[in-house]
Amino acid sequence: MARPSPVARHWEDCMSNSKTITRRATLGLAAVAAAAFTLPAQADMDLSGKTVEWVIPFSESGGSAKWANFYAPLLAEALPGQPTVVVKFMPGAGSTKGANWFQTQAKANGLTIFGSSGSTQFPYLLGDPRVRYEYRDWNVVLASGTGGVAYLPPDLAEKWKADPKSLLDVDFIYGSQGATRLDLVPLLAWEMLGLKVEPVFGIKGRGDGRLMFERGEANIDYQTSSSYLKGVTPLVEEGKAVPMMTWGALDADGNIVRDPTFPDIPTFKEVYTMMKGEEPSGAAWEAWKAFFVAGFPAQKMVFLPNGATQEMIDTYSNAFKKVHARPDFAEISKKRLGIYPQMTGADADAALDQAISVSDEAKDFVKNWLKERYGVELK
Amino acid sequence: MDILATALPALNEAFALILQPQQIMFLVLGVLLGLSVGVFPGLGGIAGLSLVLPFVYGMDPVAGLALMVGLVAVIPTSDTFASVLMGIPGSSASQATVLDGFPLAKRGEAARALAAAFTSSLFGGLFGATVLTFFILMARPLVLAFGLPEMLMITILGLSMVAILAGRLPLKGLASAGLGLMVGTIGAADAGGSPRMSSYDMPYLYDGLKLVIVGLGIFAIPEIIALLRQDRSIAKNAELGAGWMTGIRDWWANIFLSIRCSTIGVIVGVIPGLGGSVVDWIAYGHAVQTSRDKSKFGSGEIRGVIGPESSNNAKEGGGLVPTLIFGIPGSGSMAVFIGGMALLGYDAGPQLISNDLNITYTIVWSLALANVVGAGLCILLSGGIARLTTIRFTLLAPFLFMLISFAAFQSRQSLGDLVALFAVGLVGIFLRRFDWSRPAFLIGFVLSGQAENYSFQAYQTASFQFRRSMEQGLEYIFSPIVIVLIIVTLVSVVLGIRQAKAIMPEGAVDTGTKRAPLIFLIAVTAYFVVSLIDAAMISQMTDKIFPVFISSVSIVACVLLLIRMMRQPETDAVFADREAAGEDSDAAHGLWGTLAWFAGLLVMASVFGFIIALTIFLITFLRIRAGLSWLKTALFCAAGVGFMMSMAAILNRDFPPGLLQAYVELPWPLK
Repeated sequence: MARPSPVARHWEDCMSNSKTITRRATLGLAAVAAAAFTLPAQADMDLSGKTVEWVIPFSESGGSAKWANFYAPLLAEALPGQPTVVVKFMPGAGSTKGANWFQTQAKANGLTIFGSSGSTQFPYLLGDPRVRYEYRDWNVVLASGTGGVAYLPPDLAEKWKADPKSLLDVDFIYGSQGATRLDLVPLLAWEMLGLKVEPVFGIKGRGDGRLMFERGEANIDYQTSSSYLKGVTPLVEEGKAVPMMTWGALDADGNIVRDPTFPDIPTFKEVYTMMKGEEPSGAAWEAWKAFFVAGFPAQKMVFLPNGATQEMIDTYSNAFKKVHARPDFAEISKKRLGIYPQMTGADADAALDQAISVSDEAKDFVKNWLKERYGVELK
Repeated sequence: MDILATALPALNEAFALILQPQQIMFLVLGVLLGLSVGVFPGLGGIAGLSLVLPFVYGMDPVAGLALMVGLVAVIPTSDTFASVLMGIPGSSASQATVLDGFPLAKRGEAARALAAAFTSSLFGGLFGATVLTFFILMARPLVLAFGLPEMLMITILGLSMVAILAGRLPLKGLASAGLGLMVGTIGAADAGGSPRMSSYDMPYLYDGLKLVIVGLGIFAIPEIIALLRQDRSIAKNAELGAGWMTGIRDWWANIFLSIRCSTIGVIVGVIPGLGGSVVDWIAYGHAVQTSRDKSKFGSGEIRGVIGPESSNNAKEGGGLVPTLIFGIPGSGSMAVFIGGMALLGYDAGPQLISNDLNITYTIVWSLALANVVGAGLCILLSGGIARLTTIRFTLLAPFLFMLISFAAFQSRQSLGDLVALFAVGLVGIFLRRFDWSRPAFLIGFVLSGQAENYSFQAYQTASFQFRRSMEQGLEYIFSPIVIVLIIVTLVSVVLGIRQAKAIMPEGAVDTGTKRAPLIFLIAVTAYFVVSLIDAAMISQMTDKIFPVFISSVSIVACVLLLIRMMRQPETDAVFADREAAGEDSDAAHGLWGTLAWFAGLLVMASVFGFIIALTIFLITFLRIRAGLSWLKTALFCAAGVGFMMSMAAILNRDFPPGLLQAYVELPWPLK
């Protein structure tokens, strides 16, 4: 990958912006002014008095709900004519139901938008028979990234710090939602390290996984960044949990580097290199990297349906740009979403492209691994 | 003393925050909204909260919290109306209330039942808040003590209530529960995702059936059809007996039962992951076991209302513990509540208790205050609303069909919802007719997923513990809590089986000929056999064991019943059949003719879409079946359709679309 990754470019923005709040605010104000200046020329649609439906293919309790509920009021304010934006939940079949609905039935009238997540991407990539949707038909207007952190109980963490290899004969238990979900990324990573992790499948959400960890039933766990910041950081402060590694973030050349939200925690790649004495490579690594890129740096995206006009796409892209340009955006989003790239326009297009371009080798490797290791077959 | 020193100042501050005219106004607004949403079965707190969420952003935190808490708090209170008056379990919180509440309404004592229920709710809510005020500070270790084996045991305790509610023949109760458990396994397995009794090509079944559909189908539809056939009012002879004052006195006479059931509610509510589904059954079972005269349970015993209603509001308070201290929602509405809190700038989690104790107490006591306002309002209303039971049922029924179809459609917003509702309704009608315990079926269904997941997860985790050392494994499985729960379960099963014969959860049933009950038993057995074969073909071990085990046990129960049928004469209880004698057989209208009306609504909805179908249905039903004048027909129809549309518009809900909508683009509400 020669050209700079959009995720990474945004990263640099984030990093340089985070010097001081004042600086951020000034920048934000400037951006708002700039946006206001250019708006009339773009002839956006007028949505006054209209209702925009934002369809989320998950239930009210998941991470996507939090993300949509965060953005919805801001989007309503930023769209021309200040329409009402309602979040509509359409859970079912691991989000494929809502996505299929969006593919086949959503009208390209500029009033229906769809929020997908990593759990919508994975079945698509793995050839799940229930998938009737095609990402390439849709029009992306926002891509939000995140990261993930694995952590250990303090007694194991001590050994881990002294010598990671000492944990190779420990029986790990991990509360998992299912091997075909985002949990695929941690499970494959731990396996590549040679750790003996047995997943207990069927828990309802990552929050339940954390609870199993707190109860001592599980002795390894991972959370996405925002849940880690909220749920695990207090445990770390109390000395009940110790971070183990992050999945990392992508740099300008598509390399995996330290996650800027957690600069002090080593990445999986570093840990692997240290334990094995060489950088990870081969089919397993390529597959892991492909699914990490598909699942994390552009985890949640907003789409307009197939057939949306350029005017509609611009209207929403500009509205999200306007949201990101709010002087208080960095502050309010940091708390709710973590400091992660929020991409629009060409950056979002490139992020989408990156997320769904997984090589057939990587797909086959993962499918085969799921079958051999967990007996899971998608057919 | 430490706790007091921490709690009191924060409590003081919380009260100062709550007791402002503006906060109370928002609280009352939330309560009113919650009441109006909560009376609709199937909508519940999630719909209500989603309704206010857009307005919460940017509100003053305490006012916003008051609004949301007011709304959440009264849902388990207001759904009592549907349970008692119509026999419709509005949500999982009011399943058990139906058992005795509805028979009371049929006896003309709806006001008494409602008042007793609301007073119990009020007390349960206040009790919950008081306990929580101190408990929340030290709850963390206790909550963490409930691991997978403990949760499995509580689920089994809930299942053991089947023994009490099994009816005259324990075997039939067992088979009913087995059927419920098996229906609960339909769809993708939680652990490995294998499709069970479904396939990827049937996305509707792959997701499994939702509680709303099963509750409506098993309880509401059979009752509505039965009443409609008799063409009378819900309250026999359209007379109202004991009023709401009696209900309050009933509660006072049973205050100790109320205290005990509230305690059960708080404890079970505190454990994350169990949700409300077991609480009211455990409370109902407790009410039965501790009553001297058990003969009236199921046919209108006020204690059967007081027990579950005391527990379900106390449970809401208890449910705040995992929600607030772990940030893990105990129910769907709590999940939305956490979302709303985030909009106000508060994150649920341990830091909320340590840093914002005053806010925590504001939530806890807003909940209590909302309970007082909501239940108080409901008590005052109950006398008037109880009059609904004196209206000729033929005039109520079409609107009930309208409501339950709409409610069912909220489950998945697919036409499949209506098909599933009808299919489950048919099963419900037969279970009722042949006196198979419907409560046992529902308990089985509700606890199916939990029973499977917890047993599998506990087994898996335990086997790792055993691998480390025998001692550690035993310690993990047989914790003191588990041992206590095993003893409680054993006692409740033994007592239950001994007492079950005296309890008729759904009244006495006559026996008729052998043929009809035999055919039904064979059909149920056939279903078990098919599910057994289906489950046996699943390749993933994790997804296979539970359905194989349950269907095998159920088949054994069915075979024993068959043997009994062959040996016993027609007068034996195994041949119970409501069509043979009693109210159903004397009814003015036939079963199939009456059911055809409802089927007609659903079929038309699948062709023309819901609103057009509803209009046609209401006009024909009111005109032909109810024999109203054209003027009245038009007025009633307009009122019904208008009401449905405004409801859907406010809640931003769609209607079931039909074939017509697939070809022609129509404006809302026709789309």
